[in-house]
Amino acid sequence: MEFLRPRSVREALETFQKTPGALALAGGTDFMVGWNMGLLNGKTVVDLSRIAEWKGIEAGKTGVRIGSLVTHAELQRHPLIRREFPLLVEACALIGAIAIQNRGTIGGNIANASPAADTFPSLAVYEAVVHTASPQGRRAIPFLGIFAGPKKTHLRPGELIEAIEIPYARPRPSAAYFRKVGTRAAQALSKTVAAGLLWLSRGKTVAESRFALGSVAPTIRRARKAEDYLRGRKLTAETVGRAMDLVEAEIAPIDDVRSTAAYRFAVSKNLLKEFLECRPR
Amino acid sequence: MPAVGTSARRYEGPEKLSGRALYLDDHDIPGCLFGVTLRSEIPRGRIKNVVFDRAFPWSECVVATAEDIPTNIVALIEDDQPLLADGIVRHALEPIALIAHESREKAYEALRFVRVEYEELPPVLTIEDSLSRREILYGSDNVFKRYLVRRGDVEKGLRESPVVVEGEYRVPHQEQAYIENNAMAAWWKDGALTVMGSLQCPYYVHKAMKKLFGLSDGQVRVIQATTGGGFGGKEEYPNMIGGHAAALARKAGRPVKIVYDRSEDMAATTKRHPAIVRHRTGLSRDGRLIAQDIQVLMDGGAYVTLSPVVLSRGTIHAPGPYECPNVRVDASVLATNTPPNGAFRGFGAPQTLFAAELHWEKIAAATGIDSLSLRRKNAFREGSVTATGQVLKESVGAREVLDLAVGKSGYLKKRSSYKRWNRDPKKPCWKGIGLALVHHGGGFTGSGEVYLASRAAVSIGRDGLVRVLAASTEIGQGTNTLFSQIVADALGLPRDLVAIENPDTAKVPDSGPTVASRTCMVVGGLLRRAADDLRSALLEAAGGSIPQSRSKLRQAAVRLCAGEKERRFEASYEPPAGVHWDDKSYSGDAYAVYSYAAVAADIEVDKTSFEVRVRKITTAQDIGRAINPLLAAGQVTGGTAQAVGWALYENVVMKNGRMTNPQLTNYIIPTALDTPPMDVILVEKPFSGGPFGAKGVGELPMDVPAPAIAAAVHQATGILIPELPLIPETLHRYHDQTQRQR
Ligand SMILES: Cc1cc2nc3c(=O)[nH]c(=O)nc-3n(C[C@H](O)[C@H](O)[C@H](O)COP(=O)(O)OP(=O)(O)OC[C@H]3O[C@@H](n4cnc5c(N)ncnc54)[C@H](O)[C@@H]3O)c2cc1C
Repeated sequence: MEFLRPRSVREALETFQKTPGALALAGGTDFMVGWNMGLLNGKTVVDLSRIAEWKGIEAGKTGVRIGSLVTHAELQRHPLIRREFPLLVEACALIGAIAIQNRGTIGGNIANASPAADTFPSLAVYEAVVHTASPQGRRAIPFLGIFAGPKKTHLRPGELIEAIEIPYARPRPSAAYFRKVGTRAAQALSKTVAAGLLWLSRGKTVAESRFALGSVAPTIRRARKAEDYLRGRKLTAETVGRAMDLVEAEIAPIDDVRSTAAYRFAVSKNLLKEFLECRPR
Repeated sequence: MPAVGTSARRYEGPEKLSGRALYLDDHDIPGCLFGVTLRSEIPRGRIKNVVFDRAFPWSECVVATAEDIPTNIVALIEDDQPLLADGIVRHALEPIALIAHESREKAYEALRFVRVEYEELPPVLTIEDSLSRREILYGSDNVFKRYLVRRGDVEKGLRESPVVVEGEYRVPHQEQAYIENNAMAAWWKDGALTVMGSLQCPYYVHKAMKKLFGLSDGQVRVIQATTGGGFGGKEEYPNMIGGHAAALARKAGRPVKIVYDRSEDMAATTKRHPAIVRHRTGLSRDGRLIAQDIQVLMDGGAYVTLSPVVLSRGTIHAPGPYECPNVRVDASVLATNTPPNGAFRGFGAPQTLFAAELHWEKIAAATGIDSLSLRRKNAFREGSVTATGQVLKESVGAREVLDLAVGKSGYLKKRSSYKRWNRDPKKPCWKGIGLALVHHGGGFTGSGEVYLASRAAVSIGRDGLVRVLAASTEIGQGTNTLFSQIVADALGLPRDLVAIENPDTAKVPDSGPTVASRTCMVVGGLLRRAADDLRSALLEAAGGSIPQSRSKLRQAAVRLCAGEKERRFEASYEPPAGVHWDDKSYSGDAYAVYSYAAVAADIEVDKTSFEVRVRKITTAQDIGRAINPLLAAGQVTGGTAQAVGWALYENVVMKNGRMTNPQLTNYIIPTALDTPPMDVILVEKPFSGGPFGAKGVGELPMDVPAPAIAAAVHQATGILIPELPLIPETLHRYHDQTQRQR
């Protein structure tokens, strides 16, 4: 195995150009799982951890820019992220356990493209944008547009994630919701994971709602039909029930070793209900 | 100051904490090859051909197959299991061939260059399948072993009972999930074999090696390496993997080490036996037991291994700790084409006790009497007679542990306040509190201890060093510490003057296997007797008092050894007076004594996700004298956590006879965050036959939480779910069914 350690973005991009099959390594937490299974034997590895440019969190006027190498632990500690993006903080706090949060990065979480990744529902409802860099130039990709399937992205060979930009939610939402239903309290993969933002108008009707679900389809899903249906409606037992039925049509969970499709359907609907009822747990 | 009764420091604690303790894989054995195992991909079939792809440089490897094993039998209870499959495979992952290479990576790579061609046969994968006798795998009826326990007249009792309650309960596999995977090494010198590894029972391995390779006692030496947990998972399986290492080493003429990775360990090695238990219970209107008719069916897997003894413990514990005049337990363990199930903490008892205890919920519903009152009415007391006709003469803490768990947990108050809480549909969760009460026999079942005829010794060297000599292994549970406490007090010496010899068949006598909650109670008892003999001799040599310093002890030791290097004092097992067992009628004193435990499990069920969260386990456990209270409480806490795992999380997903989730990512054991807070109360009802009054504690804690949790889920959701694990998917399925029926 060849192990390369570029010191800058330019060097990193050059390295990938020279060795097209090379594999990026950030925190290594997903990487090491594949390594242990012998899937990476003989590959060239490019360690990104010396690229200082990708390690910062910058506040802008309309949003925040998070370097791809920022760890889940750093995100949880950052005052601005805590204030503006509590759903991201909650998600990061439930990734693996402390050791994983100390090493795992947000860029690695996105690039790994697991259908069960826990930051995705939050990034989806905050409508994040992923910034990439490659020898061909830079791109900005809307968060939902980056995923091609389970463990697959639309990133091109040699294209790296450099930052994630998240706009501030303005006006501030009336309610924010995050919940991970995993296999246990820590070191757990999600069976379903949800995030929601809700803006109510003065008349208590829904001005806007955003709801996203992970682990119940090949990629992260926004519940667009339910969101559209709820716009302008009051939250009653009937409208909530209707929204729950609409969610059912937007997801495609499967039976696997971790859970069943029937359970994931039921819980996904219940999560939407819990979100809309703003019920404290 | 006496050591017994104090929470003396762990004997091997500093070694382990500082990283100096050497586990098998830490041993750098010169010239050692690394061995890997080629396993069956199908559950049942004939092997037509094993094809070694020429693309791999086979000359770098040593390959062993069935032909290389002089007697291809893994000796245990029956002789039905081969060390390597010979022409036929009877379960998925059955070992077919072995490959050794200098490099671990290359050895694994070699596996990818072997292809096995099979003629598949129809597999039998479940208990029902086996019972149907569609395919016969063993004997004439697929039954590995059957036991029948009878007391009184069950049919008459049931006929005369005003209330009869029936129930069927199912419990699944469970993986031991010790920290260290199975690992063994072997080497030969001048026709003699040494095997070293992670194991619980050195003399089981010793016996198996003798048979495999036709060796005499003196030609086999088995050494225990520091062992990272066992829970029964290293009771019988080291015979297999030790045999594999030895076969490869024999052919290679070099040492061979085999260390499983987690996936292989989980998928291929033994698990707890799944079981179906059916109860038909007759009672008086006021809730007194009149008859218990119990059927037990266990899934043994493809070979007999330890199934008969697992079944026997399950059978004897099946009625629970209650007196009933008419009992019948009809128990069988059946053959299936799945990896053999084996020893796991509790050894058959958690399975049958789950059914016995959860059944009280059904009886409570049928009689209108709450399960606590029912238990109080029927629980064992001194003088009670068990289903096997055993009169319980002493140390019966059943009622005491029940009352303590009930009192300390606030059971009664919670029971009624949760009833009110659950009526409010606005609440985000349902709440429940449930009870269970169990007994657990210490030591081998029936005449097991007599057949074992264990021996243990205490020696003193000319250098004044006192040594404990036993084959009982430290597997994290505290054997070394307990032995040093018992022997120190028996001798009247400070504990730091007592050393523990490492279990090594060249140095220690056969004190039997480290299983069955027997180490402290039975082997500790032998050591106490051996130490008493040494004490008398020492007193004589030292002129009437036991020396308290190293130098004085040395002087006495020189006199005592009289020119020899050391003096040894050995004791061998004698059944306690008045203990009798009859194998033919399966009746009598099944165990010298029982330990008792009660749990109150306080839980919540989330209405959104159907997840069960245990808020608190309150448990009282009568274990006789606690030789080391901290270690005893540790056994209770650890066993409880393991039982919470079995009850709520651990789900072995089998597909075509093969575990499909053999990783700790997908086979969910509780983490620290999933392990509930616990209140542990030790009740010390002394047992006259145990050292300083000790009984067993190793397995007991595993028996009791699961049915208490299931009973709590019953109160919370109103649904009696008669199966484990109570994963959210299962709760949701039952909840959905109930909603539909309404
Ligand atoms: C025990 C354990 C528990 C876990 N629990 C969770 C959990 O609860 N929730 C969850 O969501 N995840 C979990 N994970 C997965 C993992 O920790 C996260 O996905 C983490 O964010 C990955 O980041 P990393 O920096 O470690 O990525 P790495 O392992 O370094 O990389 C992951 C992948 O992304 C690529 N990559 C990394 N950085 C970039 C970049 N900047 N540009 C392009 N490609 C890149 C790599 O080539 C690789 O393919 C767990 C993992 C483990 C081992």
